Amino acid sequence: MTVVKTGRRLPWAAMARMAGRRALFAVPVLLVVTFAVFAVAAASPFDPVKAYAGTAGLTASQENLDQLRANLGVDQPLVSRWWNWLTSALTGDLGDSGVMRQPVADVIGERIGWSALLAATAFAVAILLGTALGVLAARRRGGWLDRCVSSAAYTLEAAPAFWLGLLAIWFFALELDVLPAGGLTDTASETVTFGQVASHLVLPALVLGVSQLPWFFLYVRQGVADALDEDPVRGARARGLDDRTVLLGHALRSGMLPMLTLIGSRVPELITGALLVESVFSWPGIAAATVQAATSVDFPLLAALTVLATAAVLLGNLLSDLLYGLADPRVGFDG
Amino acid sequence: MSARSIRGTVAATLAGTLALTAAACSNPGAPAPGSAARDGAVVGIAYEPESLSPLLGYGKDGNSKIFDGLLAFGADMKLKPALAVALPEVSADGLTYTYKLRKGVTFSDGKPFTAKDVVFTYRTILDKRTNNASRTELDALEDVRAAGDDTVVFTLKYPYAPFAERTVLGIAPEHVAGKQDVNTGPFTTRPIGTGPYVLTGWSKGEKLSFRANPHYWGGAPKVKKLTMAIIKDDDVRATRLRSGDLDGAILPPNLAKGFKDDRAKKTFEATTYDYRLVTLPTHNRVTGDTAVRRALDVAVDRRAMVDQILEGAGKPAYGPVPTDSEWFTEGTERPHDPAAAGKILDDAGWKPGPDGIRAKDGVRATFPLWYLSGDKLRQEHALAYASDAKKAGIDVRTQAGTWEVIEPRMKTDAVLAGGGSPGDPDFDQYLLLKSSLGGDGFNNMAWYDNPAVDKALDQGRRTDDKAARKAAYDTIQRELVKNPGYTFLTHIDHLYVLNDSWDGPVTQVEPHDHGLASGPWWNVEDWIPKGAEDTKK
Repeated sequence: MTVVKTGRRLPWAAMARMAGRRALFAVPVLLVVTFAVFAVAAASPFDPVKAYAGTAGLTASQENLDQLRANLGVDQPLVSRWWNWLTSALTGDLGDSGVMRQPVADVIGERIGWSALLAATAFAVAILLGTALGVLAARRRGGWLDRCVSSAAYTLEAAPAFWLGLLAIWFFALELDVLPAGGLTDTASETVTFGQVASHLVLPALVLGVSQLPWFFLYVRQGVADALDEDPVRGARARGLDDRTVLLGHALRSGMLPMLTLIGSRVPELITGALLVESVFSWPGIAAATVQAATSVDFPLLAALTVLATAAVLLGNLLSDLLYGLADPRVGFDG
Repeated sequence: MSARSIRGTVAATLAGTLALTAAACSNPGAPAPGSAARDGAVVGIAYEPESLSPLLGYGKDGNSKIFDGLLAFGADMKLKPALAVALPEVSADGLTYTYKLRKGVTFSDGKPFTAKDVVFTYRTILDKRTNNASRTELDALEDVRAAGDDTVVFTLKYPYAPFAERTVLGIAPEHVAGKQDVNTGPFTTRPIGTGPYVLTGWSKGEKLSFRANPHYWGGAPKVKKLTMAIIKDDDVRATRLRSGDLDGAILPPNLAKGFKDDRAKKTFEATTYDYRLVTLPTHNRVTGDTAVRRALDVAVDRRAMVDQILEGAGKPAYGPVPTDSEWFTEGTERPHDPAAAGKILDDAGWKPGPDGIRAKDGVRATFPLWYLSGDKLRQEHALAYASDAKKAGIDVRTQAGTWEVIEPRMKTDAVLAGGGSPGDPDFDQYLLLKSSLGGDGFNNMAWYDNPAVDKALDQGRRTDDKAARKAAYDTIQRELVKNPGYTFLTHIDHLYVLNDSWDGPVTQVEPHDHGLASGPWWNVEDWIPKGAEDTKK
């Protein structure tokens, strides 16, 4: 099999130029997004002081609450609050999270690893399983596997991730009692061991992966099926290449193209899905922090998390464009 | 680049991420997770503390596990010495409290505890730059100073009888907490104290892990390991208790019932100061009318609420003081009497209209009643209240909302509220009833204004004489019969289910806000594993 061209040099310069252009473009996007977050949060009915004080606020005097408002800096107007945050963020100081009573960098640092682990595992599950099933389904369109998986995929596309999570807890943790229902480790355990994390990761990663899988499956199935009808494949078959080579070497390669764009566009979905799944499984990632930051109008934490999510989306798009350019040289890198 | 090499790259990246994350987060030097044997307890709680720093309000009512106060509450809610060797000496004018400190106490980092730490703790809390939302509770405190290494002297702005009850709040080490940002420094999440337990881990939203402090001045606890799992959902908590993942949990009455026949588990019913009430705003033309207030007070069927909404786990409430408290005024119970309610309204000129709703001088007897959306218990109380009021000819329209929606309306709209702090009758009554606190945050939500009550509230807090205080609080409770600014409905018991593996678990009288410090595990440091003698042989 000589389909894979070895030794072709990657167009590093073009790729770097594209990454650079995108990075420049990201600056105004991030500025607008952070300002929008501050504006939306300021307009929301939630009161940061009340959220900070919690139940103690119910018996606190008005003077005490006013002092808190000044200490937290939320008595300042929107624009100056945003500008202060922006200028100190640029010097590397992300500020302090009111609701977590910790510097924002600490909050994110403690949690982002677990979120990345969950999202990466789930993404891997979705891509690998989706591609494998897609190829198999495309090979025998209308076959029993195709019909079963396709209808399951359409059902899953419609099912919300948190519902799948609850279903999985009910079945695997309560009925079968084979997998833990939530958390990062067993409740009584004080230490984080690889085995514990692995067993606790199975359900959330599977649920998140499965909720993303239909898109990959359907794209690959369609792509490969179309490619199987095209001339190159017919040519390869005519040359007597075996079925496996034709399917994986020719059909899959051209059928994967639309999926590469999908990788980028699924990143936002993956992030929102992860928020829900993390909440359902008490996964100590950034989801709980995001929800808390939003409902308690914790400006510094909210802004940092939004920047993070925006950056993830932009990077996802960049990645899929780079991959696309590599896989199909006709597309190139931003012309 | 081919499909295969793309796959290879993706796989390698993923593997790398997995390995890095696992390596960064695991702790290979730590001992293997032990089984949850008798010397370890795992309990499920519903609320997580925001911070573990006593400077920000953590453990202000005692039982913080990690810290000790100068004093502590016993099982009977009587004060006993903790970091102080005895109860304070109070000067004759009630303005100076002198505490002698325990000697030889060390913080869990090995450094000694001294008077400087006490002064640091209280001065930091009083500092305006400290974001402590409970600072109001120390309002009476003017200053605190050390007199030598083992004596501290508190000076008050005005005589405040329950001041000693406020000194159960935990003492922070100056040599650690004094060197960092009080609001966001690492001390807020990785605390160091003198208490019976040392925090070993806090996975926010998941659990807090503690180990016994072997050098605890009160003797090393027998329960060596304590885990508090934070599980917000009641059903999940019950399931994890049943599966054996938890040794104990707080549960609502309907779920606690499921464990009644389980012989290995005991159910604890903690009596509380946790009340539910309806505010009757003075600035509303209907609820501001004394006749309407008095009619509602007898029209409401408190017993039915206890039996049906709380499934028996509670008591009818006639004021902030529960009926079984020593401070309760006998004879102020109000029986359910719809006929009397009708008579009060008739006599006051509230005549029923064609639709059964009363009116007086063109004012219809109707008012809105807000409850916190999503709080099922408050919703059920509100609906029962509205139904009882309807029978008396008063139209109460219930509405759900968040505090952001409710708070601006509290001056004229009724709210179904909850609260309650045990310890001293002053704590709840002053904040609920003092006219000068009308509309001050969430204090005196009904803008209650009764000069006789105001006077008695001041008398009650300014004298240390028990009989005089009792007389003052009796006056208040009798005034509340004549002019009830709130309709008190119920005091709610808190239910806990716990494995019967230890000797020692009991419950205290609990406050409204019952997180980590409440429940039968408030004194877990004193528990003795059952059959501990046998296992040692």
